[in-house]
Amino acid sequence: MAGDAGELVAALRAGDEAAFARIVQDWSRPMLTLARGFVSTQASAEEVVQETWLAVLKGIDRFEGRSSLRTWVFRILVNTAKSRGVKEHRTLPWSSIAGDEAGPGLDPALFQSAGEPYPGHWRAAPSAWPEEVAVEGSVLAGEVRRELASVLETLPDRQRIVLTLRDVLGHSSEEVCELLGISQANQRVLLHRARTAARAGIAAYVEGS
Amino acid sequence: MADLPCRQVVEVITSYLEGSLGWRERRRFEKHLRGCDACSRYLEQMRATLDVLGTVPVDTLSPEAQSTLLEAFRDLRH
Ligand SMILES: [Zn+2]
Repeated sequence: MAGDAGELVAALRAGDEAAFARIVQDWSRPMLTLARGFVSTQASAEEVVQETWLAVLKGIDRFEGRSSLRTWVFRILVNTAKSRGVKEHRTLPWSSIAGDEAGPGLDPALFQSAGEPYPGHWRAAPSAWPEEVAVEGSVLAGEVRRELASVLETLPDRQRIVLTLRDVLGHSSEEVCELLGISQANQRVLLHRARTAARAGIAAYVEGS
Repeated sequence: MADLPCRQVVEVITSYLEGSLGWRERRRFEKHLRGCDACSRYLEQMRATLDVLGTVPVDTLSPEAQSTLLEAFRDLRH
């Protein structure tokens, strides 16, 4: 077991409560997001996360360190969530892209069509955003953050989960593909859809206010 | 090679940001951006969107659930 991971495992085995509290704090967010992709309600996802942590506590002595501790924990989570999803008859088609996700992400009406002078070019350039949008701590950034949180709620489940794991929680594309069992190409389609909707949400908010 | 229209530029933007465009496509994309203020602005707004996304709060386990787990830890590991 390499460096930190070994120390963490040793701390957990030794009953170091602070170490356990810290990983519960740090990892439960992505775990909950991920679990939601396999079960039908948020409450059910919470139970999956709790069940996973209990399984981790009971199994930590058997952990052999062939993968990182986090990978091991997340694998238990996905297995737990999947079997619960089966019981709940919940099936999100992670491995295929639905028809409505294959077309363009952005409204085609924003671009000139074949009969116009510059087919495929913007009818009008996107309006400029005030600089404060990206200035952390500004009033506008706060409003935009709340707006984005509500855009996230309206996204189709798969898009929301991929966007949350990637852009909100900062996981790599490799990690997300492995955890969800999807190809890079599928992940990119879902991410692209979701990012396009997120940008459009900000644009609508900024232009409307 | 035909110029990339704006409509396609906005659809490959994620591939561009993910570094998954081939070098030829990447060059076409960047060439288009140099000549197109509208798409440059779009890309800039996408980057700003990613910055704000990184600050959106995400649900975690309730404090009650967390303390239940800590109790279980005490029971099991002591
Ligand atoms: Zn353009």
